[in-house]
Amino acid sequence: MFFQDIQIFKKHGKQFIKDLSNVVLPETFTGRPEIIKEPEGETALFLQNLCPTKAIDINPFSINIGKCVFCKECQFRCPENIVFTNDFRMAVNCPEDLIVTYGVHKLEVTREIMRPEIKSFFKKTLKLRQVSAGGDNSAELELNAAGNVNFDMGRFGIEFVASPRHADGIVITGPISGNMAEALQKTFDAIPSPKLVILAGTDAISGGIFAESNSINRKFLSANTIDLYLPGNPPHPLTIINGLLYFINLKPLPKY
Amino acid sequence: MSNSNNTFATTQNYVPIPLGDIPIISYEIFYNNIKNSFAEETNHCVNYFGTLIEGEIQMFCCIADDKSGEIHVYSFIYEGKALLSLSKTFFAFHVFERELHEQFGIEFEEHPWLKPIRFETNSRFGYDIENYPFFKIESEHTHQVGVGPVHAGIIEPGHFRFHCKGEEILHLEIQLGYQHRGVEKVFIEKNQIFQRNILAENIAGDTVIGHATTFCVIAEQLSNTQINEKLIIERTIALEYERVAMHLSDVAGICTDVAYQFGKSVVEPLRTLTINSFINWCGNRFGKGLIRVGGTNYSLNESIIKKLYSTIVDVEERFDMISDRLFNLPGMLSRLDNLGKISLKQAESCGFVGLSAKMAGLERDIRQTHPYLYYKNIKPEFVAENKGDLLARLYVRTEEVKNSITYIKELFEILLNNNYKISNKPVIGNINYIPNALIVGLNEGWRGEICHTAITNMDGNIVRYKIKDPSLHNWMALALCVRNLEISDFPLCNKSFDLSYCGNDL
Repeated sequence: MFFQDIQIFKKHGKQFIKDLSNVVLPETFTGRPEIIKEPEGETALFLQNLCPTKAIDINPFSINIGKCVFCKECQFRCPENIVFTNDFRMAVNCPEDLIVTYGVHKLEVTREIMRPEIKSFFKKTLKLRQVSAGGDNSAELELNAAGNVNFDMGRFGIEFVASPRHADGIVITGPISGNMAEALQKTFDAIPSPKLVILAGTDAISGGIFAESNSINRKFLSANTIDLYLPGNPPHPLTIINGLLYFINLKPLPKY
Repeated sequence: MSNSNNTFATTQNYVPIPLGDIPIISYEIFYNNIKNSFAEETNHCVNYFGTLIEGEIQMFCCIADDKSGEIHVYSFIYEGKALLSLSKTFFAFHVFERELHEQFGIEFEEHPWLKPIRFETNSRFGYDIENYPFFKIESEHTHQVGVGPVHAGIIEPGHFRFHCKGEEILHLEIQLGYQHRGVEKVFIEKNQIFQRNILAENIAGDTVIGHATTFCVIAEQLSNTQINEKLIIERTIALEYERVAMHLSDVAGICTDVAYQFGKSVVEPLRTLTINSFINWCGNRFGKGLIRVGGTNYSLNESIIKKLYSTIVDVEERFDMISDRLFNLPGMLSRLDNLGKISLKQAESCGFVGLSAKMAGLERDIRQTHPYLYYKNIKPEFVAENKGDLLARLYVRTEEVKNSITYIKELFEILLNNNYKISNKPVIGNINYIPNALIVGLNEGWRGEICHTAITNMDGNIVRYKIKDPSLHNWMALALCVRNLEISDFPLCNKSFDLSYCGNDL
């Protein structure tokens, strides 16, 4: 029995990723989009109509990664204009930064615009409470994966806790269904101030494909300040971890 | 095609039939027919729903015959009177009748409990999800424990109300609906095929491939879009990949819940390897973007196949070692054996599907009984287990992982050995559907039988798209299995089923 365990252990090896900030994901990964050549006239209009979630805007031509479902259809149709890179660093705290225009080559958290109480309060560790409000379980699985043996977010002192009373903030997934609106508010109210609001995934940031459904209720978001956006459909664990790390300034920024 | 008595129309999985071929019968005849049909235990109801056609509520009931592989479609017009409930005799109908009551206000006489299923907008019950009157037990010896909708871990919301006598659970009431996003309504509103494709991927984020393939095959069959064999094989591979990944996730989850840290740490990375294969294939860990109507943007080539092949062989080798260990570990066995039992009788009468049926000995697997995609050629093996306890559920999961890996390897070899050309490209722009038709699509997702039904009108537009996730049936299994257990056993039981909240709530 014991011998069997040793064999498994040997085969298992070391699974954790040593340097989470400098991982290079496979070329095929659908990450941050870049506009390599601004499309004009009819091409721009075509792309705008093509986008299933109206993430593309014209004048100036832009992609809102808070609305984007990363289906890559625009790249397939106009590969000379748009390309989705394998860069997972997409977390931003300024909503305007979600809108990718021509010439944007990286996305990062702007510490200058953070709320002063947040900036001074959360420095070394982060305990978060997650609320799924209509989430489809993919973003939830990725948040779980951020704490698994491969990514091991816990090593930085960032963890998800069971009680909102122990939490520094809330991570919301899903477009916020009407039936979940009150439970979300109650959970948020139970968190001691100052508290963070973090949105994970396209569904949470903009409602995604459900943005126009009358079964969702996004009043909570207009009533509160959003501190961090973690884009993706769903966000990759590395997007989540790196976003949170930069947000509390735990690690030096990676070399680009 | 209609049968001789002309009470129902016969079709097969993913074969459209003209609406005109479905005889409209009276409810009485329908009721008696269902009663006769259910005398055969190989028949089960896959979908039963209503739709507004020209101001009338027309009902459709699809019964799958597991022996012949046929699907029988019954139809009747709701005339405003209360209907005699089928649930009293065949309990499996309880969810469908509750849904019909919620959506159309149809009263069912003698239904055991017409409580709402998902609290859709404009609920007709006089209460909403926040002040729902839970089942009560009038006794000084029992107490209630309410859990949710926000749970301790990172999972979807749902409310569990336990009635306990001391530590013992007497009854569990599961109240869902918190995840309701109006999927079926949005499906009709978003009329571009591409938007619907994205929506199908978002029905349940852990069953992306399952729901998306069901939708895509339905759309293709409804528009006579031909697809080549390579694409069929690729879709089958993707489905099996999803099954492996999610079963691994649950095996790791069960290890966590019995505090077997070693097992968890070993199985978790295997899931990471499996879903990372999807990154190499299509750029998304859940396969979002892979399945498109008419084709795919990510046709497998030799170099990707070889990469995925070596990964899956590695996963297989490592999983074989740990799964052997799991079933030899006294701590694991004593914790799981005989816990949370579901009997074959319960599984049959409640109409459980997928894993919840298999672990109780009920042979229900769409891949075998109603073959589609490449399952016509590979003929999956049935994983047999009849104890119905937690150990049986773990066993079925591990065996399915092993079988699925075998199929994936087989299919990769077929792709490598045959000189297939590139698979089809996705359809561009909108497609024309056959007007006035109904199509039933069944698909064995990793949780069980997914059923989508589409109805088109005379202009060839889809006017009703009914989605059924296997969880709709299987939540009852969780409620039944925890009876007389200690309340501390609940998290483990919940994990062992791992049902979908958003699939139920839509």
